[in-house]
Amino acid sequence: MKGILALEDGTVFKGEGFGAAGECLGEVVFNTSLTGYQEILTDPSYCSQIVTMTYPLIGNYGVNDGDIESGRIQVSGFVVKEACPYPSNFRSQKSIGAYLKENNIVGVSGVDTRKLTRHTRLIGAMKGIIWAGEKAPSNAELVDKAKAWVGLVGVDIVKNVTCKKAYEWDPKSDKPAKFHVVAFDFGIKFNILRILRSLGCKVTVVPASTTAKEVMAYKPDGVFLSNGPGDPAAVTYAVETIKTLIGTLPIFGICLGHQLSALALGAKTYKLKFGHRGGNHPVKNLETGGIAITSQNHGFCVDMDSLKSLGIKMTQLNLNDNTCEGLADLDKKIFCVQYHPEASPGPHDSGYLFKQFIDMMEKN
Amino acid sequence: MPKRTDIHKILIIGSGPIIIGQACEFDYSGTQACKALREEGFEVVLVNSNPATIMTDPNTANRTYIEPITPEIVEKIIARERPDALLPTMGGQTGLNTAMELAENGVLQRYNVQLIGANYDAIKRAENRSEFKQAMLRIGLDLPKSAFAYNMDEAWKIAKDIGFPLIIRPSFTMGGTGGGIAMTEDAFERIAEYGLNCSRINEILIEESVIGWKEYELEIMRDKADNVVIICSIENLDPMGIHTGDSITVAPAQTLTDRQYQYMRDASVSIIREIGVETGGSNIQFAVNPKDGRMVVIEMNPRVSRSSALASKATGFPIAKFAAKLSVGFTLDEIRNDITRVTPASFEPTIDYTVVKIPRFAFEKFPDADPSLGIQMKSVGETMAIGRTFKEALQKGLRGLEIGKNGFEKVARPEKTKEEVLANLSLKRSDRIFLVRLALDMGISSKEIFDASGIDPWFTENMREIVEYEKTLVPGLLAQSPQDQKFALRKAKQYGFSDMQIGKLLKSDDLAMRKKRKELGVVSTYKLVDTCAAEFEAYTPYYYSTYEDEDEGTPTNKKKIIILGGGPNRIGQGIEFDYCCCQASYALRELGYESIMVNSNPETVSTDYDTSDKLYFEPLTFEDVMNIIDKEKPSGVIVQFGGQTPLNLARKLYDAGAPIIGTGVESLERAGDRGDFFKMVKKLGLHQAANAMVTSKQEACDAAAKIGYPVLMRPSFVLGGRAMNIVYNETELLACIEEAQAVAENRPLLIDKFISEAIEVDVDAVSDGYRTMICGIMEHIEEAGIHSGDSACVLPPHTLSDDIIDEIRRQTIAIAMELKVVGLLNIQFAIKDDVVYIIEVNPRASRTVPFVSKAIGIPWAKIAAKVMTGVKLDEIPEAIEKRIDYFAVKESVLPFNKFPGADTVLGPEMKSTGEVMGIDKDFGLAFAKSQEAAGNILPRSGTVFLSVKNSMRRNIIFMAKKMADMGFKICASEGTCKVLRSNGVNAKEVPKIGEGKPDIIDLIKGDDIDLIINVVSGRKSQIDSKPIRSAAVVQGIPYITTLEAAQAAISGMDSLEKTGFTVKAIQDYNHGTLRRSSTTTGNCDINFRKSLWSAA
Repeated sequence: MKGILALEDGTVFKGEGFGAAGECLGEVVFNTSLTGYQEILTDPSYCSQIVTMTYPLIGNYGVNDGDIESGRIQVSGFVVKEACPYPSNFRSQKSIGAYLKENNIVGVSGVDTRKLTRHTRLIGAMKGIIWAGEKAPSNAELVDKAKAWVGLVGVDIVKNVTCKKAYEWDPKSDKPAKFHVVAFDFGIKFNILRILRSLGCKVTVVPASTTAKEVMAYKPDGVFLSNGPGDPAAVTYAVETIKTLIGTLPIFGICLGHQLSALALGAKTYKLKFGHRGGNHPVKNLETGGIAITSQNHGFCVDMDSLKSLGIKMTQLNLNDNTCEGLADLDKKIFCVQYHPEASPGPHDSGYLFKQFIDMMEKN
Repeated sequence: MPKRTDIHKILIIGSGPIIIGQACEFDYSGTQACKALREEGFEVVLVNSNPATIMTDPNTANRTYIEPITPEIVEKIIARERPDALLPTMGGQTGLNTAMELAENGVLQRYNVQLIGANYDAIKRAENRSEFKQAMLRIGLDLPKSAFAYNMDEAWKIAKDIGFPLIIRPSFTMGGTGGGIAMTEDAFERIAEYGLNCSRINEILIEESVIGWKEYELEIMRDKADNVVIICSIENLDPMGIHTGDSITVAPAQTLTDRQYQYMRDASVSIIREIGVETGGSNIQFAVNPKDGRMVVIEMNPRVSRSSALASKATGFPIAKFAAKLSVGFTLDEIRNDITRVTPASFEPTIDYTVVKIPRFAFEKFPDADPSLGIQMKSVGETMAIGRTFKEALQKGLRGLEIGKNGFEKVARPEKTKEEVLANLSLKRSDRIFLVRLALDMGISSKEIFDASGIDPWFTENMREIVEYEKTLVPGLLAQSPQDQKFALRKAKQYGFSDMQIGKLLKSDDLAMRKKRKELGVVSTYKLVDTCAAEFEAYTPYYYSTYEDEDEGTPTNKKKIIILGGGPNRIGQGIEFDYCCCQASYALRELGYESIMVNSNPETVSTDYDTSDKLYFEPLTFEDVMNIIDKEKPSGVIVQFGGQTPLNLARKLYDAGAPIIGTGVESLERAGDRGDFFKMVKKLGLHQAANAMVTSKQEACDAAAKIGYPVLMRPSFVLGGRAMNIVYNETELLACIEEAQAVAENRPLLIDKFISEAIEVDVDAVSDGYRTMICGIMEHIEEAGIHSGDSACVLPPHTLSDDIIDEIRRQTIAIAMELKVVGLLNIQFAIKDDVVYIIEVNPRASRTVPFVSKAIGIPWAKIAAKVMTGVKLDEIPEAIEKRIDYFAVKESVLPFNKFPGADTVLGPEMKSTGEVMGIDKDFGLAFAKSQEAAGNILPRSGTVFLSVKNSMRRNIIFMAKKMADMGFKICASEGTCKVLRSNGVNAKEVPKIGEGKPDIIDLIKGDDIDLIINVVSGRKSQIDSKPIRSAAVVQGIPYITTLEAAQAAISGMDSLEKTGFTVKAIQDYNHGTLRRSSTTTGNCDINFRKSLWSAA
């Protein structure tokens, strides 16, 4: 099967199709993690994106039922140098190609992914299309489709990934639950829920459009604002809800949850040129001076200057490009980080943030 | 946290001579550390006995002591220099152990020297296996079941508790020395006892076997603010049970899920914290059960290591450099990533290629040694290859290994059936990768290969893809459409196939294939090693080749010169050549050229990204080098400095249009070709031992008879005296001719009259084509017949007359002129009865160039490189011939302790892995220092055993008397004893082996002997006396096998008794009176200039 990746600027990469045949549109981004492709594929924050792995050999350890971050593959397409058809790991159940095919996801392999990454770094994240099949359309046709796609800016993608109705995470767990947390699902990763549950929280996951009043009806000890895809500025309803909730009870936000919190506090967000996606970003905790190696996945960012005038403290800083990685207004019992302390994939250095949330609920 | 201001002067201990388990990687790390600390304004004091290193260059540290690395001597250096701190983590196990002893014996406290990087307790927790085990249990990590034994009774009790198979690991040894795997009780008895002997504290760990589990390593760094980062993960292709130094390894880890990897990462972070390595790098090894993922901790090295060098080269993250900066107080976020310039060092490198490291072995040198691999390291070098895929990197690595393979090729093997293949795979031989190839050719499943070898199916399936693709590379391909050909060739190149392989498969040759693919547009592209997978812009030009769409190589318009390195270390070609290549690069940079290094050895300084203006990490094959030349279009290519490797490429590169500078290719060939050489000797009126060139057994016998025994028989065009033998009669000749013929590979054999009892002399010289300067004349301590690489030598020559020296000088200059040498030249002479015979001429950098440069204090390799660019010797102020008023002795270091069973007697075939230098005001002291540094520590008192061949017994009398006067007890074998007694020496007779109790072996084992002098000749007596030497190696008793060395040793012991050791930095040696050489003007064709300017 042939495979083509075409970008809106006219750049075309030819390779082989793997996974399903067909077409997909998305913003083309790259992730520099060496491991964790299955978690990346199933992370709802990648909805509407075509993900390129910079590590060339993908699929080596196969896929399994355990390493998932949501109920399905979320990326719109997948680009690799080499997709391994003969995985080897005691937990492996199938190859990556079979997994994509089963989930009807289009992938392309054989691509000079380093060239694509450099290109993305220089030009910025672009709209793109993957086509996989036997009779290739013309390059121009594909490029036009990429150009015509609506893109991410100003679009609410959260509505595509949030749950339809509220549910309790792992209700059968016999672990004692000391706190009740309401977790907004803007595209929540399972590992956040696993961690909260393991730390003694009963977690009620609610749709993104849940109102503050509905939240309070659960009588929660705290509210969690999840990660999710796309432009935070387009998720206006959630910003309004958060505004209402701020100050009433402990709130912890991650990634999109962090951006929405910032917006609710009056700050601004902007789009990064090509985002942060990988598992090696150094983040400095400005209170302790300690550095955590973090898992990241975001294309938008909180504008630090807009924080200053509001008197909100920035708590974490990205040491690679000095962008905002976390903020807190402890008087209002809210703190949030841009990166992913739940890891999965990525380093576990920041797991302490969940404990901080528990402490906050404890003290409240 | 900024840099510490309470310390100013820092002592760094190097790792000493190159030995198995401790090679150039510590020159790389030590050099980085010296540079990094000086950059921060610290004064650096260095001790290292190895003169072949870059780190002992007088410019690297402020104060450089080329002295033996023993606690006593380092104490003297501390007393003299009074450093504030000692950085113990840069010099391998040697540096660490020496620092520990200095801490234990109170020296550090007495002189108020702080350990920085890792403190005493942390090192002890990591190195002492029982403390390490306790520490791991405290943080809840899993380990193989194990217990410690301090004697054999305890050992047996533990063995019964855990059950076989068992692993025995002695504490405080390097490269796993003295360790082993015991499958049976017999093996256990032997290995455990040996291990107890090898351990500095008589401690062995007896451990549950995790043989066959997957093996991983993580390279980790920590700063003083407790920030921890993982630099690189490494997965071993060979499973647990084969030392990681002997394993093919791959970076990053390939078959771990993120969960498994993060679990390992978390464990590493906990370990470095619990052990308490405050700042710097460590290496942690894990084993993972492939069946259920159970992970156990194997060990930790609280210092930089071979793996950290590999990880640095694999990622572009300079671990040793940053470790040095962390040790003086910086935190990771205060250090800038050199490559990206904008991001800090407090991150984890990510890579977008695959790295494969392949070890190189030297079992052919030690035919009696056990060739199977185990937990004690046996390889002598390694090569690293970078490719976008494992397939590409594996094939590049195999051709970069320079063992005559062009990739993952089919090779002729004895195994005929599937059963044989699987049985031999489980033997863990060093060539098992080619056995895997055979298994794949036979269609054996990856599961079966895994069961026999422990190699993960992921690797074998990748290899199977290579094998399957190879099947499509058939001559018919050339009849297909250009588009199909292009597609097929491009894919072949992406799978790492060399032009040689493709040429063979397509029944063509590599040059035709090269031409073909270039016509089709299938050309190599270059990508950067940048620590960040292209996420940030990279500024450091560190490249590898691959066949992709985009080429990031950006050749400049500057004048540039390419230096070809030496590839993987091997016996006969190692760090000395890396020293020369680095010096060449420094010289070219000084002259304003862009210097471009090509090498494939990850251990070296030459493959540090900041040694040259550009680095290509590539195999040293014609194809890979020519691709770079095509790309860079340099004005010169230097082949003289990397040993035999680049010289072997010279002709082909030259024919393909490469602008080789320095001595012309014709001259290189003239020196190597026996016929041409003979003509030259005749023309110049010089002497050469009677010789002949033969191609068959019969011719060999006839020639030897005509020349007269003894003769020296050797293959032409080999390095390190491979298969070279002195034979005393026809029977002996026939016994070794087959091996020589096999090594010669259809080239003729050379037979020379062996000039016995001659003095051998090595001369290094530099010529600019007009004028020749003598760098140094070295007199060998052992007589001619022992390979110059194994022989000790002294500078200046201490027994030669001025007339002889002048004659040697005259001949050297004449040869340099005749060969139109431009650059370095090495000549070996033999002197007998005042006649100077020429043994060999090598118009290239020799193994002794760094030794001479350090001993005399003149950077000859650098000067030679400048000369090669067209600068005249007269224009180089530092090019001065010097006479020195002190002595420098080079001694070789032999790997026999790693090859139990191998014979230790020296001969024409080189066996040493490294060298040390002893420098002092008289010969005896310099020699004694060299012995001490080589670990052959001369006793100050005790019992000496003498056993000397008939013809030399008279010579030993004086020596025996001298030793008796010095208070030694003398014992001797029957014949020697008789001669000694009849000459008034009080000697005790020791029965021959097996002819009475206690015999010499009993005495050695009982620790009743302190020095052995055992001089034999002829095959039979050599074989008979082998058990003595083997026992000496096991017991660590110094042994001497030549009369000359015995003489030198006695003079050393005498000097030591009188004055003891003193230390002096090489910067303090007064480098003697100057002597301008006789200027000789030649009228040679300067082809280097032509090529230089025609290309410019």
